[in-house]
Amino acid sequence: MPDNPLFEYLLRLGDDRLVLGHRLAEWCGHGPILEEDIALSNISLDFIGQANLLLGLAGTVEGKGRDADGLAYLRDGVDFRNHPLVEQPNGDYAFTITRSFLFDAYDYLLVQALQQSANGELAGIAAKAVKEAAYHLRHSSEWLVRFGDGTEESHRRAQEALDALWRWTGTLFAADDTDQALAASGVVPDLSALEPVWRAMVTEVVARATLTLPPPPPTGRGYRRGDHTEYLGHLLAEMQILPRSHPGASW
Amino acid sequence: MSEQNDPGQWPLWEVFTQPEGGKPHEHAGSVHAPDAEMALQNARDIYTRRGEAVSIWVVPANAISATSPSDAGPFFDPGNDKPYRHPQFYKVPRGVRVF
Repeated sequence: MPDNPLFEYLLRLGDDRLVLGHRLAEWCGHGPILEEDIALSNISLDFIGQANLLLGLAGTVEGKGRDADGLAYLRDGVDFRNHPLVEQPNGDYAFTITRSFLFDAYDYLLVQALQQSANGELAGIAAKAVKEAAYHLRHSSEWLVRFGDGTEESHRRAQEALDALWRWTGTLFAADDTDQALAASGVVPDLSALEPVWRAMVTEVVARATLTLPPPPPTGRGYRRGDHTEYLGHLLAEMQILPRSHPGASW
Repeated sequence: MSEQNDPGQWPLWEVFTQPEGGKPHEHAGSVHAPDAEMALQNARDIYTRRGEAVSIWVVPANAISATSPSDAGPFFDPGNDKPYRHPQFYKVPRGVRVF
């Protein structure tokens, strides 16, 4: 159990959104069509905005003088607490959409439940985020249906993306002692109650997309200790280089 | 509309946004999208990011029939020199005190 479970939990929430927001921002200027380029940039900024609030609150809860920027830019990969799902590279557009869909369904259920958090500030951030999350889920699920139930090629790419990403969903609902301690005091929801709802949502959309759900993925909690895939380090190198090369720079 | 026939391009949709309840929907611009649902989402991202609307309509651009510039003379000019079509043309009789 970490010394400060709420700080640990806020890092998890903030890091998921910061890392996925950064991944989606990598599409800026490279989207398949102008409208989608703008959509992904909007969604990216929603996530980075949420991360800013969550990491800001984490810094306050920690009480050691670190702000959102300090936590985002001056931690190393081993200190990041995001799910490995969100750090996976963008791949093609079907891959990006599938990755977003799997996370968005989880995100929507989680922030919806976090609105009832016993921590008023966390509940407030969740109340702001839940509308954004609902839109993100609508965007990614509608696209997944169109790719899966589209052309032969789009179906193949969507199925390949689902097969490749599915293994990273096993950790989404793997609660550890931090989750359990905070759930006991009503600060966070019981993840085991959200999992069947997530599974039903994912199954429904995957069926509409005429795709096939892969077999159950392995579960694990190693990422909560800083185990990441090789991709996070490269992402952080790019994301952090400016504040690390020019400490305190502003414009 | 040559764009409508380009196989490499999604169809064009005209976007109408309503600034607040009770106000008319006004033309905001256009988006490309493969179908109506995606057109609504694209319109939301492009035209309502700063709180400009409470409702969106999207219409396939090729479903709109429009006048052409060459129609402007016969369509609109005849209305320019007929002041009696405006209510201000008429004097209110003195007996009508309610005004």
